[in-house]
Amino acid sequence: MVYELTDLRALEAESIHIFREVAAEFERPVLLFSGGKDSIVMLRLAEKAFWPRRIPFPVMHVDTGHNFDEVLAFRDKRVAELGVRLVVASVQASIDTGRVAEEPGGMRNRLQTTTLLDALSEHGFDAAFGGARRDEEKARAKERVYSFRDDFGQWDPKNQRPELWNLYNSRHRPGEHIRIFPLSNWTELDIWRFIADEGIEIPSIYLSHTREVVRRDGMLLATGPFVTPQGDEEPFKASVRYRTVGDATCTGAVESSATTLDDIVAEVAATRITERGATRADDRFSEAAMEDRKREGYF
Amino acid sequence: MSELLRLATAGSVDDGKSTLIGRLLYDSKQIFEDQLESIERVSLARGDQYVDLALLTDGLRAEREQGITIDVAYRYFATPKRKFIIADTPGHVQYTRNMVTGASTADLAMILVDARKGVLEQSRRHAFIASLLRIPHLVVCVNKMDLVGYDADVFERIKDEFRAFAMKLDVTDLTFVPISALNGDNVVQRSGNMGWYEGPSLLHQLEEVHVASDRNLIDGRFPVQYVIRPMSTDHHDYRGYAGVVAGGVFKPGDEVVVLPSGFATTIERIDMFDGPVDEAFPPMSVTLVLADDLDVSRGDMISRPHNQPTVGQDVDAMVCWMADTPLRAGSKLAIKHTTRSARALVRELRYRLDINTLHRVEDAEQLVLNEIGRVALRTTVPLFYDEYRRNRMTGSFILIDEVTNSTVGAGMILGPSA
Repeated sequence: MVYELTDLRALEAESIHIFREVAAEFERPVLLFSGGKDSIVMLRLAEKAFWPRRIPFPVMHVDTGHNFDEVLAFRDKRVAELGVRLVVASVQASIDTGRVAEEPGGMRNRLQTTTLLDALSEHGFDAAFGGARRDEEKARAKERVYSFRDDFGQWDPKNQRPELWNLYNSRHRPGEHIRIFPLSNWTELDIWRFIADEGIEIPSIYLSHTREVVRRDGMLLATGPFVTPQGDEEPFKASVRYRTVGDATCTGAVESSATTLDDIVAEVAATRITERGATRADDRFSEAAMEDRKREGYF
Repeated sequence: MSELLRLATAGSVDDGKSTLIGRLLYDSKQIFEDQLESIERVSLARGDQYVDLALLTDGLRAEREQGITIDVAYRYFATPKRKFIIADTPGHVQYTRNMVTGASTADLAMILVDARKGVLEQSRRHAFIASLLRIPHLVVCVNKMDLVGYDADVFERIKDEFRAFAMKLDVTDLTFVPISALNGDNVVQRSGNMGWYEGPSLLHQLEEVHVASDRNLIDGRFPVQYVIRPMSTDHHDYRGYAGVVAGGVFKPGDEVVVLPSGFATTIERIDMFDGPVDEAFPPMSVTLVLADDLDVSRGDMISRPHNQPTVGQDVDAMVCWMADTPLRAGSKLAIKHTTRSARALVRELRYRLDINTLHRVEDAEQLVLNEIGRVALRTTVPLFYDEYRRNRMTGSFILIDEVTNSTVGAGMILGPSA
């Protein structure tokens, strides 16, 4: 008998350990769920970690109001299946109450930070699981599994707590919280291999479908309530799928004929463009756009 | 079957460590076009003569501005054989704490030596930390071979010098590869420029090194992490003990003993979400269901009747100090060991270790940031531990400052202290 785990099962074991550790040491954890592939995997790992009991913390959706219908339907179905409590924190409500102002262009990604921090403090959550992965982005590559946030929700990359072995430091004062990233060591390909391996259901927009799009800044944006053709943009039909799911105003689709999970695994394994590079307008502002947003308290 | 290999890299500021990682990612086709375009743009704007692959790993604004690596960065790449997690740690003197952090989970350490400069004080320090943290495999990359005319003698000289030093350390597996990270010689493919070198390329080495046997499969250790009690109608009486197997192999029917109570029972079942399993071994996350209804809670340890961990409140340990305020005899700290949290008193600082000379400074009065020393600790509750050299999971602990809540120390247990 050879006592070895496959890479995916080793990653799973590590993530499950993180979930259990947080449930044991924090008063009020919450899992941030967007309906995207990473949070779907996170939710499955949480389900595995506590089986046969229910997941012992609620799930929170920071809702930009710029959603894909398929994703909201998926969220509600999954939450009902697991019997977990859903908290919705609405960016629209933050705008209506004057906490934030709509930005020119209508992108709401950055506004989410205020909504998220307000909701964490309103509910007294002291730990928030996020689906961020270190392979996504260069600032994230430097982040800990337990990412400490001060009273203002800020991340200080130069002053992070050392993280050794699998011994996590959960200590914090009232008002402070810790972001927890159980998928830190997973890559986009690992996520898809796991989804295919486990046969996990995903929102249909991740699979190839025909949709009317416009080409903007080198990305394909779906036309609809949030995106209307501007200037000389010509809408056209294309066979596309989404690699990431975010604010519908700035999340681009990629041309794809992948109709099954195995097709996606093959496509992701062969792709030469990162998921954020291909699909996120918000990361294109500057070399350090993500670092700057994270310092403010972003996911 | 694809396996996971965790590796830590260390090197001095100019050894080309980030370039080597960039090269490994680039040549194994893990660098994406948009990433490459982005660093090409930055390199061009800075007026570099070639694309600076270090920009792939140095992500923070301050790092790019200063051209240095500040913090541990994690990088990922995969070949058909293995998935690799690289903990890329800065090599400067003041960043020992980051190196220790990256090394703590590593199966293999890559140490870079500049062929022109030979074995420097920093290389020795990295090798020492790798051995202190018990990284089972050490690969020394003699880099910038292109700048010494791919001379075999230079490589052999560095090899001999490094070996002589490593003899004083506890290193079990030590190998050397002559490379040029900049040009890619011997990184992924064997290089035509060094026909005299008969070993494998670096990547080949990383793919082939045997790591599964490095884990402790002898001493059954299961620190209870979380008690699962569903309290639902379907699972009315269910009571499972969840955790990570920290040592040994557990099977249903095995006799076990629970510490601190000392009660003996047997394992009825080993549960996982996908169904019960026949065996559990490190580093699996499982749930043990015991045959008897015992009082077991987080922080308890399940082990075997004839092979139990040491139980005690007085431990002797090597500590790497990671805070600006020094460690002294009399310091009181919070300690986390396996799933146990307690308080600890530093009863004695036995010596400080000069990590450059390995000399023991017996009259040291304190450990300051990035220093390593041997201490005697007394804890408020007994710990269930093994020597770190025997088990990295049950032999390690962290120390936390009770005022700032920062992690201030990394500890490796040597044994009981008198």
